[in-house]
Amino acid sequence: MAEVKLEHLSKRFGTTSVLPGVTLTIREGELFAIVGPSGCGKSTLLHLLAGLDRPTSGRILFDGVDVTGLEPRERDIALVFQSYALYPHMSVRENLAFPLRVAQRQNGLDRRQIEGEVRRVSGFLGLDALLDRRPRELSGGQRQRVALGRALIRKPRVFLMDEPLSNLDAQLRASMRAELRRLHEELKITTVYVTHDQTEALTLADRLAVLDRGEVQQVDHPHEIYQRPANLFVAGFMGYPPMNLLEAQVEGGLLRAGPLRLTRPSVLSEFRHNQMVMAGIRPEAIFVEPAEKIGDEGAVAGAVRLIEPSGSGAWVTVDCRDTHGVTTIIGMAPAWFVPRIGDSVAVVARRPTVHLFDPATGRRIGSA
Amino acid sequence: MCDMEKPGRLGGFGPFRRAGLRFCILLAVGLFCLGPVLWQAVTSVKPDVDLVRLPPILPERATGLHYERVLLESPLVQSLVNSMVVAASATAVSIIVGSFCAFALARLPMAGKPVILGFVLATSMFPPIAVISPLYLLMRELGLRDTLVAVGLTHAVYALPLAVWLLTSFFRQLPSELYYAARVDGCTPLRALVTVILPLARPGLAVAALLVFIFSWNEFMFALTLTASDSTRTAPVAVALFPGLYEIPWGDLAAASLVVTLPVAGLAALFQRHIMTGLTAGSVKG
Repeated sequence: MAEVKLEHLSKRFGTTSVLPGVTLTIREGELFAIVGPSGCGKSTLLHLLAGLDRPTSGRILFDGVDVTGLEPRERDIALVFQSYALYPHMSVRENLAFPLRVAQRQNGLDRRQIEGEVRRVSGFLGLDALLDRRPRELSGGQRQRVALGRALIRKPRVFLMDEPLSNLDAQLRASMRAELRRLHEELKITTVYVTHDQTEALTLADRLAVLDRGEVQQVDHPHEIYQRPANLFVAGFMGYPPMNLLEAQVEGGLLRAGPLRLTRPSVLSEFRHNQMVMAGIRPEAIFVEPAEKIGDEGAVAGAVRLIEPSGSGAWVTVDCRDTHGVTTIIGMAPAWFVPRIGDSVAVVARRPTVHLFDPATGRRIGSA
Repeated sequence: MCDMEKPGRLGGFGPFRRAGLRFCILLAVGLFCLGPVLWQAVTSVKPDVDLVRLPPILPERATGLHYERVLLESPLVQSLVNSMVVAASATAVSIIVGSFCAFALARLPMAGKPVILGFVLATSMFPPIAVISPLYLLMRELGLRDTLVAVGLTHAVYALPLAVWLLTSFFRQLPSELYYAARVDGCTPLRALVTVILPLARPGLAVAALLVFIFSWNEFMFALTLTASDSTRTAPVAVALFPGLYEIPWGDLAAASLVVTLPVAGLAALFQRHIMTGLTAGSVKG
């Protein structure tokens, strides 16, 4: 277990800068997720943490000790790969024992002690019956467990995971996610979990960092990230379906966000008439209802473009046309109302939580 | 396949005629390639009197006399042993050294890899005849003239570029995650090479080894220049030196050629599928 600190860590490949300079603190015993779209530099960051690659500048500290120049094997870390990276020419037992066998001179374990450790980890992960199989004879979920076991057996100081669940099917992914959480609760090893799946990051992590183009956009608890995104990128990237981001204008006591008329939030009291802001409203705060409601207070008309059924209703993408053009809004249709594509519907926002962002900088305005 | 469905276009015998045509072409190509070998085989069992006459194309009575002479009275057996030693050690050296080079080029962080690979390739572009006299002088000064070491070493060096190129593409085909996993699990780069990469690259190693072995077995010019006695001559050289002062023993030559060819032909046939995938490695899958 260790606290991990990144100080102005940067990486450049040739002339392209992948990480311009990341500063992060990962607390001891924490499950920390790094999430971002592909190409945001998260895998590079993980390679730097593992010591598989050297940063162009900056430092990495484990418990205050500089490990930037250390080899992977001197850092006492374990890494779980997306592709599992099990050694195909070794049995499950040999795969699990490999990290201990390699370090035999340092840890002084004999054959029997190693076998004992293998038994302990395989029991823990339910791999007892599979010890003599080769990786190619295992299913995806079993391979994933072996990869986890190989990382766990050494009791590393820091546990790194590179999209460990993205090769699994949806069912298995959900159960492995729960399993990872359980493992973490039991072992309390500092874990850095890299993923492009924002749902995974929000459900799994104690805290998470949102990364875009190599820069940290926000670091916080999942709840905070969801409730108070720090900027337009985080607002649009975290949460599914993505937040509706509408160009809005202050008009007296009103905020005109696309076709929607909202009450003017108090943080905008300083704003002049007609001043522009970006208003973000989560799809679950917008309701898609039958066309009869169009005349009602706060309801606007629109045409259905896309329907995505979800458990208790459906996410509906609606094109709302007004004098300024067409605005696309995603909202929730209740279970009893099933519109069809092209139907005319009412889009209603009843006192929604509105996230406001500066249109020039993209930063969040106020604390609302 | 489309033509098979409408045989009417080529008449009722269309498919058969096409198959026949293919067979004829294959036969022609096969005869063209194997013809000389067949001729050697026939020559090697012809009695001496029939050798310089035509007809008969096929001898009325086959004789084992040439084989007997070649295997029992000539230095051929000694030269086969020499060839075996030279080819095996050249293979071992170039595969071991080649693995290290290829591993560095495939996996280690290093500047200028394409340039290095280019240089490696360039060394194999020198025509052997261009280096042969300096090489001879070098070996003489080192006191290695007329030794198997000289021949084996030269072969190893000359085969090294081939080994490096083949192995580099084989190593690159292995997922880099496996190497990273080994590193994170505590291996030094060398240990990762030995415990993870080499076992997985076994098919590639076999192909590279086989190609180097065949090259060394067949190589003639270096072996001829660097050796001077029966105790060090390799098989191709020994066969080439068969002709006497006044006559050329065609029957013995043919028998010896076949004896020398058989081991490598056998090896190549045995591994042909691997060799094909080996030579195209990196071009398709990479």
